[in-house]
Amino acid sequence: MKDVREALSVARNSEGRMVQRPLSPHLQVYRPQITSFTSIMHRATGVALAVGTLLMTWWLVAAATSEDAFATAQWFIGSPVGLLLLFGWTLALVYHLINGIRHLAWDAGAGFDAPQYRQTGYATLIGTAGVTLLLWLIGLVIW
Amino acid sequence: MAGADKSVRVDVMRSQLGRVRGLGAAKSGVGHWWGQRLSALALVPLSLWFIASVLHLLGASHDAVLAWANGPVTIVLLISLVLATFYHLQLGLQVVIEDYIHHDAARLAALLAVKGAAILLALACIVSVLKIGL
Repeated sequence: MKDVREALSVARNSEGRMVQRPLSPHLQVYRPQITSFTSIMHRATGVALAVGTLLMTWWLVAAATSEDAFATAQWFIGSPVGLLLLFGWTLALVYHLINGIRHLAWDAGAGFDAPQYRQTGYATLIGTAGVTLLLWLIGLVIW
Repeated sequence: MAGADKSVRVDVMRSQLGRVRGLGAAKSGVGHWWGQRLSALALVPLSLWFIASVLHLLGASHDAVLAWANGPVTIVLLISLVLATFYHLQLGLQVVIEDYIHHDAARLAALLAVKGAAILLALACIVSVLKIGL
């Protein structure tokens, strides 16, 4: 052990054994709550959307390259795997967008009371499901 | 005795130099925080526009996509979307990497890989948008 931060994270567990204390966010210790769930999902959907930009980049580059390249990209997006990815991308984007607005409101100092952040948490989940289904209904009608 | 009620209050427990530098305990300032919030704010309308565009272009032919992307308004919105997206993305992934990768060399390698990839992908998108639209 050569770092004071490591030394500070050593403690005894309930059986008296010396252990390295777990790092935040202590997923294995705390009871899941709407606040922790929405927070974890914000990060997870953010990472998923980052991967999803690869698809967006492919689509744009293909459109700029040739008709054949574009047809390949369109074929992939229209395939079962592509549609599944597109559905996941919609779900992640809608969630990250709604919960992101919730975060921006917090940054402005609004919605910090316990009843409020629980309500907006559940509203985010319901809103995400509703908006995603609505977008896919519109999409399927157009398509 | 009104004067006795006035106590001396210390509002700021920081040195003058610390305040003027404004870097805080993490020694990196608030640039990352502001960058992530401002790009998030920009992405709210840009994402809504992008979702509407994707719906509009479902099943569209190559020619229809080229026609849609033709014109200064779409080009500016697309490039804004790409810049805000990849800027926001690399700031977000930076925090995730810093949280979970504790080995110094591995963390630095992951950060450089993510930032380099974000720049390359953003450039690929921008060049494509310009090639289609101009």
